[in-house]
Amino acid sequence: MAFMKNKGSRRSPFAAVLVMAAGLALTGGGYAAATAAVEQVKPASAVASAAQVEEGRKLFLANCASCHGKAAEGSAAGPSLIGVGAASVDFQVGTGRMPGQASGPQLEAKKVQFTQEQIDSLAAYVASLAPGPAVPTEEMLAADGDATRGGELFRINCAMCHNAVGAGGALTEGKFAPALKGVESKHIYEAMVTGPQNMPVFNDANLTPEDKKDIITYLKYVEENPSAGGYELANLGPVVEGLFAWVFVLGLIIAITIWLGAKSN
Amino acid sequence: MSNKSITSADSQEPEHDYAAGLAVIPADRLQDPGLEPHRVRMTDKSVKHEKAAARQVAALFFTSIVGSAFAVYAYFAFPITEELGTVRLNTLLLGLGITLGLLGIGIGAVHWAKTLMPDAEVSEERHIARGSEEVRARAVEIIKLADSESGFSRRKLIRRSLYGALALFPLPAIMIFGDLGPNPGDTLRHTMWKKGTRLAKDPSGLPIKASDVTIGSVFHVIPEGLSELEHHKLEEKAKAAVLLVRLDPADIKESDERKSWSYDGIVAYSKICTHVGCPVALYEQHTHHLLCPCHQSTFDVTDACKVVFGPASRPLPQLPITVDAEGYLIAQSDFTEPVGPSFWER
Amino acid sequence: MSNAVAAPKKGGFLAGTANYLDERVGVAGILKEFGRKVFPDHWSFMLGEVALYSFLVLLLSGTFLTFFFQPAMTPVIYDGVYGPLKGAEMSIAYASTLDISFEVRGGLLMRQVHHWSALLFVAAAGLHMLRVFFTGAFRKPREINWVVGFVLFVLGMAGGFTGYSLPDDLLSGNGLRIIDGMIKGLPVIGAYTSSLLFGGEFPGEEIIARLYGLHILLVPALILVFIVIHLFMVVIHKHTHYSGPGRKDSNVVGYPLMPVYVAKAGGFFFIVFGVIMLISATFTINPVWNFGAYDPSPVSAGTQPDWYIGWLDGALRLAPTGLEFIIGGNTWAFNILLPMIVGVGFLIVVAVYPFIEAWVTGDKREHHVLDRPRNAPTRTAIGAAGVVFYAVLWAGAATDLIATNFKMSLNQVLTSMQILLIVGPILAYIITKRTCLSLQRKDREIVLHGRETGRIVRLPHGEYIEVHEPLDEFEQWKLVDFKDYAPTLARPNAAGKITIGARIRAGLSRFYFEDRIAPVTQSELDAAHHDHAPAVEEKPKKAVAAKKTPAKK
Repeated sequence: MAFMKNKGSRRSPFAAVLVMAAGLALTGGGYAAATAAVEQVKPASAVASAAQVEEGRKLFLANCASCHGKAAEGSAAGPSLIGVGAASVDFQVGTGRMPGQASGPQLEAKKVQFTQEQIDSLAAYVASLAPGPAVPTEEMLAADGDATRGGELFRINCAMCHNAVGAGGALTEGKFAPALKGVESKHIYEAMVTGPQNMPVFNDANLTPEDKKDIITYLKYVEENPSAGGYELANLGPVVEGLFAWVFVLGLIIAITIWLGAKSN
Repeated sequence: MSNKSITSADSQEPEHDYAAGLAVIPADRLQDPGLEPHRVRMTDKSVKHEKAAARQVAALFFTSIVGSAFAVYAYFAFPITEELGTVRLNTLLLGLGITLGLLGIGIGAVHWAKTLMPDAEVSEERHIARGSEEVRARAVEIIKLADSESGFSRRKLIRRSLYGALALFPLPAIMIFGDLGPNPGDTLRHTMWKKGTRLAKDPSGLPIKASDVTIGSVFHVIPEGLSELEHHKLEEKAKAAVLLVRLDPADIKESDERKSWSYDGIVAYSKICTHVGCPVALYEQHTHHLLCPCHQSTFDVTDACKVVFGPASRPLPQLPITVDAEGYLIAQSDFTEPVGPSFWER
Repeated sequence: MSNAVAAPKKGGFLAGTANYLDERVGVAGILKEFGRKVFPDHWSFMLGEVALYSFLVLLLSGTFLTFFFQPAMTPVIYDGVYGPLKGAEMSIAYASTLDISFEVRGGLLMRQVHHWSALLFVAAAGLHMLRVFFTGAFRKPREINWVVGFVLFVLGMAGGFTGYSLPDDLLSGNGLRIIDGMIKGLPVIGAYTSSLLFGGEFPGEEIIARLYGLHILLVPALILVFIVIHLFMVVIHKHTHYSGPGRKDSNVVGYPLMPVYVAKAGGFFFIVFGVIMLISATFTINPVWNFGAYDPSPVSAGTQPDWYIGWLDGALRLAPTGLEFIIGGNTWAFNILLPMIVGVGFLIVVAVYPFIEAWVTGDKREHHVLDRPRNAPTRTAIGAAGVVFYAVLWAGAATDLIATNFKMSLNQVLTSMQILLIVGPILAYIITKRTCLSLQRKDREIVLHGRETGRIVRLPHGEYIEVHEPLDEFEQWKLVDFKDYAPTLARPNAAGKITIGARIRAGLSRFYFEDRIAPVTQSELDAAHHDHAPAVEEKPKKAVAAKKTPAKK
């Protein structure tokens, strides 16, 4: 909570960096790496230089063109990328979903194959083809919105697929809505604007940037505040609780009854 | 199996003098050797072990004392504040203290019983539930006496009128529940939607322009004015919730009569599952399928929301929509059929 | 033993109290009657106790919760400490649940104690029922007590469900919505019943208070009454015991109530309470704050009931598409009715099973020695089929979680479950029955020829042979003491007619007892001993004589 309040009251970008550093120290290892990436967003959201676009084009030809076409016009193996915007590239490549590998019901997040700089170049190239959603600025991502409103919006627009606290859920035919825990704010935002794979698009008329910020605020609150009741059973609801009651609680008690019924020597 | 005979009574246990049915009771069954000899415990044999066990039991009870005392301490020492973490700490430490208090007593008592109390098993005779012939005869006698004294069998008029009274007396008890709620009337057939009602975003209540709805996006919709309702807000929402998506007009399979129900590829369908009423809210933008997270009924948005999978049977009702002069989406009318789960009179 | 209590002359405080109580309520007589009552000791006999103790914990923690919970659906603006709900509109019921969780010291602990013990109560009751079923403890004279226990299990589900709905969060609200949908699907009375229950249209502002009345008054009162009946009958019948030397249908072997059983069972209450407390202190259950207030528009992925209702939810999911028909202008929602019929039908079969088996065997004797499951192969196989049937329905309620966590297709998981619901019980029946029969054959082998020792001996004439170690008579008795039934033919009654009932009964008795392995008899044992050269069977050392002699006499 203290961490949250600090974040909310910062004044200058410098203070932001300081707080971010403090946040890193607090939240530790895995999350630290993830947050660090957010700081590198800035160059991508700035106007791209011609050199960056050219660099991106080269990367595109080498890594993406086989499926998406030499001019990103799309092919049978991959959709057209004209007009998908920098946000889409940053999300797909930044979460490791692209370049895609084995075909399955859907592309899954995996190890990221490019540096953020390369991703920015790719994004700049794709953004230069036609206007599309841009990578969000850091200000749009700050988790200092209204968590209550965010929670309500999340439940109405997102929870049916992603679960009320973003633990994920099933879709048809092997597809699924991934868990949102540990996903960078930037990628959450980009997913909402671009609607990757079977996720619907939430454009700014549907969920305003303010709404999206509130949603991210809510998700980060849930992520950063461990359950008041003790260890969470993956937040998957009553099924897991029932299994736990049968296997562990009843199991433990049965072990005790066996001790109780055994003759002492 | 030739050396067996089927008998109707178990000769070995005369007090269970009942039919054995299909049970096979061999004449030369093995004999019960009787109770096993008692095995002596260490605590019975050695004073040292006995004393150790006694100390362990006492130690367990003492642990319980410590646990309970700690629980009381934790209650005060770890108060709950605005910080969420304090709730967790309070729950944990208070709970662990009580746990120790309980388990100390429990494990101590059982350990005591197992190690220090007599462990020789004893045998006790059972008595069959059935009363002796004398008792049964007396019981029959009492019933007959009661019958003759009251005249229950004799006085037909009294008896039959009593049956009638007993049959009818629960009726008021059922009727009295009639005022639990009103008759459904036609409430299940109507929703808040009517001609000209604007489609608004859930939960903000802001109206939606047709131009806002891009292909691949999904809007969760309520009728404009719902948020301002003083009463029955949830009841109205439970019927009126709608899902709005825009499809490529080429993808839509529309029947002629519904051609005018969509606007430029924008279609609106009831969000309430026709199975048992969960919100059908999972929209897959590529397959155009709507999935209900409760029982996995799947509906095809391109094909009048017909059921393609799962236990639901009926398509989701479609809300006829159009735009008004300002470009906002409006309903052409109410739904043309009842929304939500099936019911008898539908 | 009761002398000291019953007739105290002069003595300390204890004696004085005992005297006081005896002269007023006749405590000496009660102690004389029950003080040394014998209870057999076996871990599986404690399962019912687990359920009983969980219920006591439910009463205690539930009472605490009633002091803070307000069962009203009037909307309020939340102004408590939980950040992501501050300023949200919600019902008083939900707000007071949040206050219990975040503003009452020990409140969340008690909520978790209440919920965990509810899950445990039904689970322990279910496992207890399985133990009773598979050991044949439901046979005469305990058929009625089986039904009483069955009613308790159903009441446990009712208590659980009414409680699940009370917090009025999104999860429980959607649960109620499903119930509403199911009620509406009932022929003729559906829409009216729903309107009465909810006091108008769903969700209304009445349902929580109504469920609360049921949850804290009617259901627990009924459970208490049935528990009293259940335990009263246990006292009347005395507890069953497993077959073993000296354990007969006419006696009960175990430890006396005072002091051993009082210490063990009393201590066990504290242990069960302690384990529930431990789990509640460390593991979150039903984090209602995550779900938000009930709103008919949203729903969370993974919206499922508590485990004991899961099998009914699974039945709803597994109903195939297109079961709804319009007949005579009215809607027959068989996609809802069929799962209900299957569920209720399954429960009825469970409730009346003891009577079916009693009718088939025609055995009117009292049975107090339990069956080993293998010695009643058909019953055990029926039980296994029932367990698989239930388990598939239960797993059906988790199709989405199974699909995501094991990377499978939701649709394929559901379709496989539909197939498994039919095929699974049949397979389980066949496999279990065959397994039981081979275990019985193995038992016969062991009784007749002793245990394999793995010691190979060369006989004087050059033959190699494995030495078998004979059982002692106590072990042997455990393997031969069971009831054996033979199938019967349909016989004409007094009027010389073969009734349909007789035919069905004959058919069932063939189904039950066609494949049977009889217990070893004395003559078979003697014959087996004759067949063997002494060296094959006997242990070469002195133990042989000691062990063999008593068996022969």
